[in-house]
Amino acid sequence: MTAITAENLIKDFGDFRAIDKISLSIAGGEITAIVGPNGSGKTTFIKSILGLVKPTSGNIIVNGVKLNGTFKYREQIGYMPQQASFPENITVKETIDLLCDIRNKTGDLSEELINKFNLQKEYNKKIKTLSGGTKQKLNAVIAFIFDPEILILDEPTAGLDPYASGILKDKILSVRKGGKTILLTSHILSELEDMAENVIFLLEGSIRYNGKVNDLIERTSSSNLERAIASLISGVAV
Amino acid sequence: MNKIFESILVFSLLGLFLTDYNCASITVGKNRAVTKIKDAVSSALPGDTIFVESGLYAEGNIIIRKPIYLIGLNFPEVSGEGNNEIFTIKGKNITITGFKLSNAGISFIDDNAAIKLDSSNHCSVYGNVLTNNFFGIYLARSTDCVIKNNTIEAFHSKESFSGNGIHVWYSKNILIESNTISGHRDGIYFEFVESSNIKRNVSFNNLRYGLHFMFSDSCSYSGNAFYNNNAGVAVMYTKNVDMHNNTFEKNYGGAAYGILLKEISDSKIHKNTFANNSSALYLEGCNRLEIKNNNFTGNGRAIRLMANSMDNKIIGNNFIGNTFDVTTNSLQNFNLFESNYWSDYSGYDLNKDNYGDIPHRPVKLFSTVIEKNKPALILMRSFFVEILELAEKIFPSITPEFLADSKPSMRKISN
Amino acid sequence: MKVLSKIVKYQLQDAFRSRWLAAYTLFLIVFSYGLISLTGDSSKVVLSLMNLVITIVPLISIVFGTVYIYNSRDYIVFMLSQPIDRKILFLGVYLGMCISLAAAFITGIILPILFYANYFVNNLADIFIVLISGIFETIIFIGLSFYIAIKNDNKLKGFGISIFCWLFFTVIFDGILLMILQQFQDYPLEKVSLLIISINPIDLARIWITLSYDISSLMGYTSAVIKDIYGTGWGSFITILLLTVWALWPLLLGLRNFNRKDM
Repeated sequence: MTAITAENLIKDFGDFRAIDKISLSIAGGEITAIVGPNGSGKTTFIKSILGLVKPTSGNIIVNGVKLNGTFKYREQIGYMPQQASFPENITVKETIDLLCDIRNKTGDLSEELINKFNLQKEYNKKIKTLSGGTKQKLNAVIAFIFDPEILILDEPTAGLDPYASGILKDKILSVRKGGKTILLTSHILSELEDMAENVIFLLEGSIRYNGKVNDLIERTSSSNLERAIASLISGVAV
Repeated sequence: MNKIFESILVFSLLGLFLTDYNCASITVGKNRAVTKIKDAVSSALPGDTIFVESGLYAEGNIIIRKPIYLIGLNFPEVSGEGNNEIFTIKGKNITITGFKLSNAGISFIDDNAAIKLDSSNHCSVYGNVLTNNFFGIYLARSTDCVIKNNTIEAFHSKESFSGNGIHVWYSKNILIESNTISGHRDGIYFEFVESSNIKRNVSFNNLRYGLHFMFSDSCSYSGNAFYNNNAGVAVMYTKNVDMHNNTFEKNYGGAAYGILLKEISDSKIHKNTFANNSSALYLEGCNRLEIKNNNFTGNGRAIRLMANSMDNKIIGNNFIGNTFDVTTNSLQNFNLFESNYWSDYSGYDLNKDNYGDIPHRPVKLFSTVIEKNKPALILMRSFFVEILELAEKIFPSITPEFLADSKPSMRKISN
Repeated sequence: MKVLSKIVKYQLQDAFRSRWLAAYTLFLIVFSYGLISLTGDSSKVVLSLMNLVITIVPLISIVFGTVYIYNSRDYIVFMLSQPIDRKILFLGVYLGMCISLAAAFITGIILPILFYANYFVNNLADIFIVLISGIFETIIFIGLSFYIAIKNDNKLKGFGISIFCWLFFTVIFDGILLMILQQFQDYPLEKVSLLIISINPIDLARIWITLSYDISSLMGYTSAVIKDIYGTGWGSFITILLLTVWALWPLLLGLRNFNRKDM
């Protein structure tokens, strides 16, 4: 079963081609890492899935829904951006309430992440009084709270202390066991290697590798994912 | 026989004496021996009193030459039936009161009036109601007459079909007091009148001027109210006018003035109120006027001062909320502005003498601009124009630099 | 509709607790209170309030609007990752901004006036027109600022355009018009100038207030054209109609651009 499909996806920003004819399928129920250097098209690809960026041509299909200005399909998606910000004078609780209202769901506030991050005590604080780490925890909670089918996590552990990031990784793995599809990016490749089964490597807007993490390491005869990627960048054909 | 004749003579002499001092009277009415005013007038002896009971009388023109009192009871209506004058008075000591007079005929040859006093003196006309006449009360070559407490109204729509409410020509020592005049051509019209008084009248909704006078020296106007007249009040070619405590209000229109003063000299304009007129006070060829302690509020232009006016003193007036306080067509100034209160003044009073320390120049640049360029009016009060005004204030170039109040009052003056 | 009202409510919760809105309200209160207590003349106060409406209100609206869009970029991106229609989100943010700034304006003007209520019994109609046009200017310039900020990703450029836009409508436009009128004095430009003035939302508000206030002077000066068109109930109707058009077109353009935009 595929969760996300891209067909001949092209995205131009003026003269710059950020995504150059990508076609791929992302398997449902697995963790897929998207890697690539800065400017490789990672973020653009993720934003295309979320409908934030409108493709120049080509299609994206999420859970069988072809994207064309629709927004309902995002009920299936939990997104954790690198940095999210909310209006400053709103409390944590009000923000969560709003998101619940939008989805017409009561979010699971007994969600284990909230307990583990100890967020209850921040409920009535205004966003502007939160530390960067706490904001990132809030982002994580919001991504998971509606128990979505697909999770898109952009640098999820950046800005979290090692303890919190450990909690988050455990959460990702447990959700994976529950059969959810997870798409994530990170600069810390060792972290990806621990979690992801699949890896998509993008370079200059094109796919250089799309397959199992283990296969990649094997084929490049590297000791780990980091080395494997390094050899991909240096031009080893796979 | 001789004795009888003698006694008749004595009695009739006595009768004469008695009517003079004991008021012999005739009553006119539908059910009386005398049914016509004309008959009563012709049979009355000098000094008699004629009472007229209520009813409608239409007897053509009634001419009165002898000194009698003509008194209406419950406002009998005397009509000119739209074609003639009603009362014509040519004599002295004649009084008309308590009548309703209507429909003196419109004519292009005769100045038909409800009451005309011609070459008369010591007459009085009071407490009458005049409705829809060509002229209302008309005085010509008369002296020492009193016109008081009359209500004079007409409903004309064209100037040429309408005469004046109170028209005075070539007369002297006339008192016009507490009349209410509306809907005529000019409410009150004076030409070649001397030493007369116009007090506490109300003149409104007239087709041309509320008050119009020319060549009338040494007259005084006080406590009158003139409002909503098509062209306001016009005073021309006159000396020694005294105007005080009058109200000039809501005279709207391109050629409407609170007062238009043309060729006036040595006159006083004190303590009047000018409110919401298109132009409150217009001075053309005026000299040595004293314009003092008046209130100018909410007018389009408070004072329009033409270049040929000199030696006028504008002192102690309030200028509040007028679009333009002073406009002029000259870059010079030969008039004195002093101790006025200007709501537009933005100076300060550091020495606390209640007068601003820097002079106020009331002529605005924009008033000069729209003088020549009317469409530019749509830019009035634009932020851009305000910036220009500020620049002009600092470096006067197109407004008269010396037209300034050197002692502007910091506070509203209680007039 | 339900989602829209939720978002508007959320925006308002934020705005009404914010310092900038409190500061703006306080400024307006102090300004109008100062005006009234210093001049003590209701008609002059109306004019000064008009100057507020044709200068400060548009400036604050366009600056706040521009800054808000640029500062809320991350928030907007996040909200768009949620199952929300783009149009609804845009409208929600826009209405939140309009309502909060308009509320600040109304409070800032009304409170001091209520305090001196007996001064203003004769000027109620003028005050009402000042309020309505102030609300319109707020909405119009927020619409413009949103459009500008969405159209330009470069903050500095967007901010510059916003300020220029304000300067253009408050000063430059009238300057050019006066130049044209002076240059072509000999031609009957009355109708043309009326048409030209109708395309500037600030001039529309100014003429509307001025006409109700300076009626005596305008009756004297104006030709039948201005009087007939602006000096009547029709004038108010046309003014409100044109201001509504002005409120709508930047909003619709902004909406269209936002709908297509890559975030």
